[in-house]
Parts: sequence; C-alpha cells; structure tokens
Amino acid sequence: MEAAEKQPLLKVEHLKQYFKVSKTFTVKAVDDISFDIFPGETYGLVGESGSGKSTTGRSVIRLYDPTDGTITFNGENITGKLSAAQEKMLRTKMQMIFQDPMASLNPREKVIDIIAQGLDVHHLYKNQAERRDKVYRMLERVGLSHEHANRYPHQFSGGQRQRIGIARALIMNPDLVIADEAISALDVSIQAQVVNLMKDIQKETGCAYLFIAHDLSMVKYISDRIGVLHLGHLVETGTKDEIFENPVHPYTKSLLSAIPHTNPRVEKHRKALVYDYAKSGIHYENGTRHLVDGTHYVLATDEEFATWTAQKGALES
Amino acid sequence: MNERKHVLKIRGLDVSFKTSAGMVHAVRGVDLDLFEGETLAIVGESGSGKSVTVKTVMGIRASNETVNAGSVEFTYHDGEKEVTEDLVKLSGKEMRKRIKGKRIAMVFQDPMTSLDPTMTIGKQIMEGMRYHYKTPKAEAFQRAVELLKEVGIEDAEKRMKNYPHQLSGGMRQRVVIAIALACKPQLLICDEPTTALDVTVQAKILELIQDIQKRTGIAVIYITHDLGVVAKIADYVNVMYAGKIVESGTVDDIFYEPRHPYTWGLLSSMPDLDTTDEKLYTIPGSPPNLLHPVKGDAFAPRNEYAMAIDFEEEPPMFTINSHHKAATWLLHPQAPKVEMPEQLKKRIDAMMKGGR
Repeated sequence: MEAAEKQPLLKVEHLKQYFKVSKTFTVKAVDDISFDIFPGETYGLVGESGSGKSTTGRSVIRLYDPTDGTITFNGENITGKLSAAQEKMLRTKMQMIFQDPMASLNPREKVIDIIAQGLDVHHLYKNQAERRDKVYRMLERVGLSHEHANRYPHQFSGGQRQRIGIARALIMNPDLVIADEAISALDVSIQAQVVNLMKDIQKETGCAYLFIAHDLSMVKYISDRIGVLHLGHLVETGTKDEIFENPVHPYTKSLLSAIPHTNPRVEKHRKALVYDYAKSGIHYENGTRHLVDGTHYVLATDEEFATWTAQKGALES
Repeated sequence: MNERKHVLKIRGLDVSFKTSAGMVHAVRGVDLDLFEGETLAIVGESGSGKSVTVKTVMGIRASNETVNAGSVEFTYHDGEKEVTEDLVKLSGKEMRKRIKGKRIAMVFQDPMTSLDPTMTIGKQIMEGMRYHYKTPKAEAFQRAVELLKEVGIEDAEKRMKNYPHQLSGGMRQRVVIAIALACKPQLLICDEPTTALDVTVQAKILELIQDIQKRTGIAVIYITHDLGVVAKIADYVNVMYAGKIVESGTVDDIFYEPRHPYTWGLLSSMPDLDTTDEKLYTIPGSPPNLLHPVKGDAFAPRNEYAMAIDFEEEPPMFTINSHHKAATWLLHPQAPKVEMPEQLKKRIDAMMKGGR
C-alpha cells in the first residue's frame, strides 16, 4: 500500500468525547478511538444510531471540545485552544456536508450568498466579480448552472440542494471534507448521482473524505478504508476488503449480515445474525487494539482475539 | 395451487391534489391486485404516488385531495359472510367504524410520530379492540400482553405501562405493529416501516413481519424504495413511476427478467455489496413534475431507449405472461428488439448462479 508511507492528513488518537448530563451521569459518546485518514482517500465510518459516528465527525471539526485525546490535522495539533492561524487553517481546510440539505441551508439567503459565505468570512476575493466567478465555477462543477445562483434553497429538489451543500464545502478547497450522512435523506437514484459527483470531485481535487453513514453498501462503494463504531468504541477498522471479506468482530459480522441482498433467491431464506452486547459477555473497555493483518485492527481482549480469529471466515453469506 | 382469493382489487385509481400552483395529478390510473396471504411490494421514488395510493385504500385523505375515478374493492370476512365493498364510495365515518384499524391496519414510517406520547403503550394497543369490538378491559389487557410477546418484546406486562419515549426506535416500531395487529385485520399496509431504523433493527423487523404473515396468513402491502428489502419479503412487486404502475410481476420476474427501462435503471443503480465498478449507474434527470400534464410516456425524457412514439402516446400495459406485465412500447410487436443493459445482465446471471 502506497498510502501507508504517506503522512496521514488527519490523525485521531485516543479521542474521547463525554457529555455531562447531570452530576452523576455522563454520556460517553465517543470513548477512546483512534484512526488515520491519508490525503485523497475516503474513510467510511459506520455504526448504528447512538454509536457516536456523528459525534466523532463533529469533534474532529471542533464543533465540540474533545474531552481527551489528540487530533492532528495537516501536522498541527488541533485539540485544545487554537491560535488564530490554526483556527483559520482548520476552518478553511476542513469542511462539512450535513445530512438534511433543507435544514442546513439558510432559507432566507440566495444560493450565491450561501456558497460564498466561506469566502466572505476569510476575505478570499478581491472584488465582487471574482466572488461571483468563483461561485459560478463551483456551481458548474457540482452540476448546476449560473441561473441557479440567484434562487433560494426552497426552489431546489433534495438532490440539487445537497449539491449546493457540496459546493459550499468545496469552494474553500478543503483537504478534508466530513460528510455526515450526506446522502441518507436522498432518494436512491439521486443518491447514486451525488455519490458519483463526490467521487469525481475527489479525483479532480484530491481531497479526502470522512464519510459517515449507516448504509453499508454505499459505504463500501465509496470508501477506501472503513471504521466500525459501536457504543462509542471503534470495534474494527481496515480497508474495505479486509472488513467485508474477513470481518472478525461479532458486531461487524452482525452488521454485515443485516444488509438485505438484492437477490430474492438468497435473501428469502437468509436470517440476519443477532448480536446483543449485553448478553455477549464482551466488554469494550477491556479490549485493546489487535492487529489482524495489514491495516486491519480489531478491538478485543487477548482471549477474544484468539477465539474470533480461530473461527475466521465463519460468516455465511 | 389453491384458488387465489382477492383481498384488494384496485381499478383505474386516479387521484389529484389541488395546490396553490394548480392541480397535481399524483396517481394516474393505478390497477393493483392483492391476494390472500401474499405480500405485495410497491417500489418507486418519492413522489411516484405509492403512498398516496395506499392512503386512499386506507381512507386517509388530505383536505385538498380528490379521487377523480377508479374503484378500490376490498373483500373481507364479517363473521361467516364474505363482504366486498368499494372503499372509495364509503364515507369517512363508515370507514372509521368498519374498516380503518379493524380490517385494514397501517404501519407508518416514523414510530415516534405515529404513537401518542401522552398514552401508555398498553392503552394504545387496547384502544382499537375497545372501540371496534367493545372488548372488556381485562380481556383486552390480556390480548395486548400477548401481542407484545408476539412482536418480540420481553417483560410484556411491565412494558404495558411504559410511554413511547421510554422505548428504543426498534421497540416502538414493534409496538406500532402490535397495535396494527390488535383487531386481527385482513390487510396490513406498511409504509416504509424501517426507513427510520438501523440496518440491524430493520432486519429484525422484517423477519418479524414475515413471521407474523406465516402465522396469521394476513395480506401485506409493503411500500419501500429499498430493493434489498423487496427481495427479502415480497411475493409480488409493482414498480411505480410518476403516478402509474410501470411494471408488475412476481419477485423473480422483476429481479431476473425485468422488462421496463425504468426497472432496469432502478436495479442497475443499486450498489450491492459486490459492486466494484468505478461508477454507479444513475438514471439521468429527475422525475417529472406532475403539476403539468404528461404527454406520452412519463419516463421517456430519462429513457435512453425511448422511441418517437414514447413522446406521443402513453404505452398500455403489455402482458408478458400470466403474472408479468409492463407498460413500455418496447414490448410492442413492432418495436425494435432491445436488450437490457449489458452490465445488468451480467449481474443477473451472477445472481441466478446463486452468488450473493
């Protein structure tokens, strides 16, 4: 793997994000997770609702203040208090695309102002003509046209709105884009269009994606590497082939078996594997990162690791 | 094979909505057949009219909605008698008294909004029985506990006193299903019941619905846009596009021998777990705005196989065999022979061989 020799663009080490609900109760939304993202690659983060995948994305872009751990982005430590220069670097080079394109676009602003907002904040143009040109170019790149610039978000369909969201993120020429369930709210046929667009843009600009989703088939399609989150712990991470061909952790196995296949003959008689954390006897806190092979890690205790790897390939498809 | 008995027979259903922008013609002549003990899946993009169709069956109408034409014949057993009624002709009051919740039950997409947050779940399950059958309270309570056990909720008696917010998403949807089954309906309509749920929970809910159907022989209409879900639960599939059913057949017909270009597009654009191609197939463009009258085939502008006639005249339903029909001019005897896209063909061949 050539990517392994490169410096990671984003390095997350032992990230913890706790939310104090009351004096006695703290939600450990993200509990000690570590992963790297290399320049130009797509890292898919999957898990069920409440697993902490969105929280991870939000902590990385510093919408939250991480409780513990370090996040290194572009060689700068972006945990703790940020200097003005660091803040500027983070706010331009890391961007986010949100789930609901209706809720994330200001309904009272025209598309041109929505897309140019980042430019406005960071004074990245000399005059109005340059600002307009930049927005027009961006609109074209995401498959919209100039006339769309003076319209309002409600005049667009869901897929078009998400294109506007993508344009707003990409106009800053980011190195990393966090896509938080960016396609979940769209129709199937539109999802494919948006995913293709994201792939095209990645090829052109070489930006990296942190792709957060619960739809595993789409994640497999777009990602180079995948991390599986459950209850705030990263239970397994590796390249998509490592995860899909050789899942080790029982949770990953149950997650994979839950995806319905599009083949009725197989699907009719298949039962999904059941995984119940409470009854499984697994305690994520006791687990440590075990290397399976390559970049494939799994969270387990020594005994668990031995039993799981012994039953390798036991996932029936 | 036994004689298949009709539960639902829709003919020429045509529904429009009056909006400030004009009349939106949401359903443009839908024919649909559902037989006892079978599952029919309706697939389509949002705005294709699938929800409107089943809501008309259920008698849920918006204030700006008019049913222009068509009939919805529903057959049910009232004691020993077999009754067939046209649901379109029934008044709201009659529907409420005799049909809704009693003979036809519905499960909605979001369990948080379909449950009453101020009522215990036990009370909500008992409500239908108390209203429709005047079941004594103690008996209704017993039955509600049984239902909760049936849908896989542990500690059923304790759970009866819980409020919806105390349950997880999957549990809530199980409660909604229990409510739907409370009055022993003949027809269960599921409108995207798992879209708001996680995949692991979705798998369990689907298995539950399959299981219930096996035990009670209830007929199910299942609305979804997820073809994986269709493959799992459906016996028959109707593909809807722009207010019309464009292809209908058994699940094998639709997955292994699709004939309509829209179905080809839908099947090709699904990323399955084996997709390795650089690019996902997409159907170009977007669905038509039904505010404007559709000339010819509604799918023609997005159809790479469209012929001149597609822009002129609407294709009729061509019958391929006793269970498979499609509305595309490509099936006309004089049409040029067009094969499904190469890539899709390869995929289907691989599926037939029993791969994943």
